[in-house]
Amino acid sequence: MTHPFETAELHDCRDAFTQTLEALGAANSDIVAVCNDSVGSSKLGGFRDRFPERLINVGIAEQNMVGVGAGLANGGKIPFVCAASPFLTGRALEQIKADVAYSEANVKLVGISSGMAYGELGPTHHSIEDFAWIRALPNVPVIAPADRIETAAVIRWAATYQGGCFLRLSRVGVPDLLAEGHIFELGKANLLRDGDALTIIANGVLTHRAMIAAALLADQGISARVLNMASVRPIDQDAIVDAAKVTGAILTCEEHTIFGGLGSAVAEVVVDNHPVPMTRLGVPGVFAHTASANALLDDFGMSPEAIAQSAKVLLTRKKA
Amino acid sequence: MSPETLRAIANRIRRRDLQAVFEAGAGHIGGEFSVIDILTALYFHTLSVSPDNPLDPARDRLVLSKGHTALALYIVLAEKGFIPMEEISTFLQHGSRLNGHPNRVKVPGVETNTGPLGHGLPVALGMAKAARLNGESWRTFVITGDGEMQEGSNWEAIMAAAQFGLGNLTLIIDHNRLQQGARLADTNALAPLAPKLEAFGWDVEEIDGHDMEQICAALSADRCRADTPRCIVAHTNKGHGVSFMSDNVAWHHKVPNAEQYKQAMAELEAAAS
Repeated sequence: MTHPFETAELHDCRDAFTQTLEALGAANSDIVAVCNDSVGSSKLGGFRDRFPERLINVGIAEQNMVGVGAGLANGGKIPFVCAASPFLTGRALEQIKADVAYSEANVKLVGISSGMAYGELGPTHHSIEDFAWIRALPNVPVIAPADRIETAAVIRWAATYQGGCFLRLSRVGVPDLLAEGHIFELGKANLLRDGDALTIIANGVLTHRAMIAAALLADQGISARVLNMASVRPIDQDAIVDAAKVTGAILTCEEHTIFGGLGSAVAEVVVDNHPVPMTRLGVPGVFAHTASANALLDDFGMSPEAIAQSAKVLLTRKKA
Repeated sequence: MSPETLRAIANRIRRRDLQAVFEAGAGHIGGEFSVIDILTALYFHTLSVSPDNPLDPARDRLVLSKGHTALALYIVLAEKGFIPMEEISTFLQHGSRLNGHPNRVKVPGVETNTGPLGHGLPVALGMAKAARLNGESWRTFVITGDGEMQEGSNWEAIMAAAQFGLGNLTLIIDHNRLQQGARLADTNALAPLAPKLEAFGWDVEEIDGHDMEQICAALSADRCRADTPRCIVAHTNKGHGVSFMSDNVAWHHKVPNAEQYKQAMAELEAAAS
């Protein structure tokens, strides 16, 4: 059976990112982009052509890149610091901590090709620790949009938000999931599908898969709620607690290690407020084998069918 | 302000620093005494900053990248009126906003939070770039330690500053030849610094970092070239001003005992008179 989104047109969210950034840049000359030789992979070519003086390429130097972002913010600019997420968050983590988070600098950190988007290039190029690393820091919201509509909404939000933030984007194609005109609210989940048997919570590339899984479950008479949880920090405590109370079981799906990411953040809220059975899907604490981005998600138990199967196993643990 | 007046201020700051380290039982007195003359010249001769409007967009920026010498900066900021001088006695005390490294959110006049080495120069580069983008004439200064230049992030920024032609950026290296545990030369010998910066496309001037006339002249805007970042290699002594501390690696963060405190204060008072 074919389900919604399975055959829909897929979009690279980087295009929505750069189109939105260019539109913002045209309206506000304080918007600047900083990158580490990543004009192509960050899709900043259009921004560079329109605003050449506002595309600041520091070369292959991520520590300097983040520090420069903090200095630009001090000088009144609104910098979008763009780089492949593993290098932005891994190499420059101390700059993110000291120069952005602790200094409360108005720097927008944009992690491109996050998760396992670089598939076959291997674990050096995977960014499956970034939720955990950045979520541990005060003052830096962590956000992973699910489609091009939410990506554009998040970029518009970030440009007006006073403070640093980490925006985690992918290059893996996803269909449109949120409604046109969607407005991003920090710390608010989006109810994409209601249900009462269990709740599937996902973000980024995984929201698409979670929606197909919910449709597969519906075919089998199981009503799953789906929450899109782009905002990992701050997280929507009310939506999580309500999901625990009403549906009694929670399954999380993320393109991240299961240690410290979305599943951990949800579990923290569940344990503190209303304990219910949970299953956390993600990368189980290993360096990935060689495979494409989508094949890796399948191999780590996050195909729509495997997510649905995990949901059924979880339901057996749910209290009657 | 005359060099004599600047020297008197610097002497007063050293005495207050010595007292604060003695009372707090901690601090980085060696590196503070090497940088105090430079900080004094910047705040009382060069920088356009005002405690009445510490976030004035048109202000000059000073980044103390060697953030472990925060106490010296706090006292300079107090002398300048950014914070009350009485507050210096809270240095490192429970709940004080004056911890061991400067915090821009808590302390007016601080531009960015430093502490881990190798952070200040990249941030200063961003500030200088912002001024250029804004078409504004304010200047950006950053002070690093010489040992700190072992951090690779500095050299990332040194490359980029030359590439961007940031003549509005001045790096001052507090070249006291000592790092925490040993002499620079015995650890990772970076000296001579000037030819390295020149090779990366910077203008470099070497000065005596304790000579007020030389410091003020080197900081002056008319020494800057429009499109070339500027580096001042300031030859200093760790612990400068106290005979038994000067150029002595033991005094990186040693705290004087009562007898040493008395002698050090006597030497500084004698220099003031």
